Amino acid sequence: MNIILVGLSHKTAPVELRELLVVPDSRMGEALNRLMDHEGIREGMLLQTCNRVEVYAVADHVEQGFSAIQEFFVDTHLSVSAEQLMPRLYCHAEDRAITHLFRVASSLDSLVVGEPQILRQVKDSFQEALTHNATGVILNKLIKKAISVAKRVRTETRIAENAVSVSYAAVELVRKVFSNLPARTVMLVGAGEMAKLAARHLVNHGVHEVLLTTRDPIRAADMAARFSGTSIPFEDFRANMHRADIVLCSTGASHYLIGPEDVERAVRARWNQPIFLIDVSVPRNIDPDVRQVDNAFLFDIDDLESHIEQNREERRMEATRAESIVKDEVEVILKWLQSLKATPTIIALRKRADALKETELQKAFSRLGALTPEQQEAVEGLASGIVNKLLHGPLVALKSAAQSSNGFVYIEAARLFYDLGQGFPEQQSVNVEDVRDETDATTVPPASKEEPEQDGISRRASGL
Amino acid sequence: MTVAFLQLTLGLYFIGILLSLIYLLRRSDVLARVALAATCIGFAIHSVVLAVQVFSGEVGVTFHKALSFFSWSLILVFLLVVILQRLYVLGAFILPIAFLSLVSTAVLPAETPVLQPMLRAVWVHVTLSMLGAVGFAVAFVAGVMYLMQERLLKSKQFNVLFFKLPPLDFLDTLNQRSMLLGFPFLTLGILTGAISAQLTLGSYVNWNPEQLWALVTWVFYFVVLMGRVTVGWRAKKAAYLTIVGFAGVLLTFLGVVLKGSGIPVS
Repeated sequence: MNIILVGLSHKTAPVELRELLVVPDSRMGEALNRLMDHEGIREGMLLQTCNRVEVYAVADHVEQGFSAIQEFFVDTHLSVSAEQLMPRLYCHAEDRAITHLFRVASSLDSLVVGEPQILRQVKDSFQEALTHNATGVILNKLIKKAISVAKRVRTETRIAENAVSVSYAAVELVRKVFSNLPARTVMLVGAGEMAKLAARHLVNHGVHEVLLTTRDPIRAADMAARFSGTSIPFEDFRANMHRADIVLCSTGASHYLIGPEDVERAVRARWNQPIFLIDVSVPRNIDPDVRQVDNAFLFDIDDLESHIEQNREERRMEATRAESIVKDEVEVILKWLQSLKATPTIIALRKRADALKETELQKAFSRLGALTPEQQEAVEGLASGIVNKLLHGPLVALKSAAQSSNGFVYIEAARLFYDLGQGFPEQQSVNVEDVRDETDATTVPPASKEEPEQDGISRRASGL
Repeated sequence: MTVAFLQLTLGLYFIGILLSLIYLLRRSDVLARVALAATCIGFAIHSVVLAVQVFSGEVGVTFHKALSFFSWSLILVFLLVVILQRLYVLGAFILPIAFLSLVSTAVLPAETPVLQPMLRAVWVHVTLSMLGAVGFAVAFVAGVMYLMQERLLKSKQFNVLFFKLPPLDFLDTLNQRSMLLGFPFLTLGILTGAISAQLTLGSYVNWNPEQLWALVTWVFYFVVLMGRVTVGWRAKKAAYLTIVGFAGVLLTFLGVVLKGSGIPVS
């Protein structure tokens, strides 16, 4: 029994190839069935996200398993040729495959380290595999462990704590000025991508009123529909600026659109309530002198960058701690896997029986006093006979179990019955309900420091 | 006995302050929780001491008791805000004020009843005035925190303190609410003060520094609150004004202390 992994990710393949490999949910069952039909594949799971497509499997032989999964990839995706695919695929086995799974689930292998969606995707893939009976004892335990490792990493390190995308950093800063976002209004000046993304984040965090203004009236109408906001004629936006608590500016203009006197007027009209201005346009659209205006807070793209650079640095430090957690957990699971092998169990069982026999014999001899060599031999023979006869059945069963696909069940049972030690702390049976409960329980509340979308990646991902 | 208990209280508050200050520079919440626990235990002991003093028939009103009550109410407000808002960072700002006022009871002239005991009006006057001072102390702290956070935002210093301090609008609201809480108490405190002056000294107004500063402070806060409603004195301006106003509160205290200690004031 070997744990193997074959797949590709953002590190080895461009998005054009990755998106071709994604199996739609409706055809997942069929794909998993085809995977399981391959000779020597005992268990399997297909993990696909916008950044990776990977197959985890339990196979009889490592090399045979690798080629089976490679074959599966080529067969499933007719639009991709083997020549295109093969150089991009990575193949790992045993501890390297396990480490990879744990790192992926803990978001250490992600494009944006620490991003939170991956854990949900692992859970979804696992549930899919469970539904189609593709996983068994080993993968069930392995993936449950991966999920718990990911949770441990998230609670014990600060890897997912702070914003690392520009648009999200904007939201984080806004929340240092305004606590109650649902009561706030955002004004979007221009139709730049980053400002739109930041506005989308703000809306996701509860901002309900969006004012929009662009020079192009068709675009304005389109955006007003997308944000269900109010469109304001471009000429009038300065006069309406006092209505906004947050001004997001991103236009193609080559000069300053908003000057200190505009902001001063707005602040006065707002009765000195703070106003938050974000300028993500290059060249800048808001005069830097606005910084001098009391109760106005201006941040340009460099300010946001410097904010997230600190957060990135922190994530890198936390990632090192996370890696060591992963390492520890891989050790634990390897120990468990070792305990599942038949030979060590048979040896352990024999040793245990012999030890028992010896102690019981010593007790009997001391009670019986002096015996003749013949008598002593007869007593020893009796004990050995009982032990051997009693062990014969279990040992034969274990030896044949080692060859069968669900042999671990017997081995685990033998370890339990004869108290041979587990090598793995918790024993749990896995069913879909369990996973579902856990998935629900760990749903992150919308107000927490999540990054629902990452700049750039999400836009590409939405095409998948 | 009460002295020993008050010393214990002071010790616990001191631990609370130290941990709260270290917490400002650290990322973990653990220190703040320990600080909160120490403060809670200190507060419980403090409450017992106050209750014993009230119910044992010690009727004389002294600075010591007044300041002890001030410190107690301030911590009560602090605990409420922290428990409701999880705003641990407040400890580093409010606890020192509560601690200093309690410590000053040991430094100030010993137990000299400032006003004749047995007069209900005196009790009421002192209690109300102290509650007013609590409101203004919280407004002061909110103002200080507002200015710090504002400075950090303006200078783009995204340090640990920046992450710990609450959003500006929260601080502005806290500032406004605590002023709105303090002002009615101050008003009633001044009125009952005038009544007790009439009862003890024979006239409602006698222009001593205590009364003078109390009136100045009252007018000042009245103007600040009106300015907020009518011409938008909020945010940064409100923060500055409440810091100045709290200085007035302290001067009123000083007026009482100088008068009571018999130091001639002219």
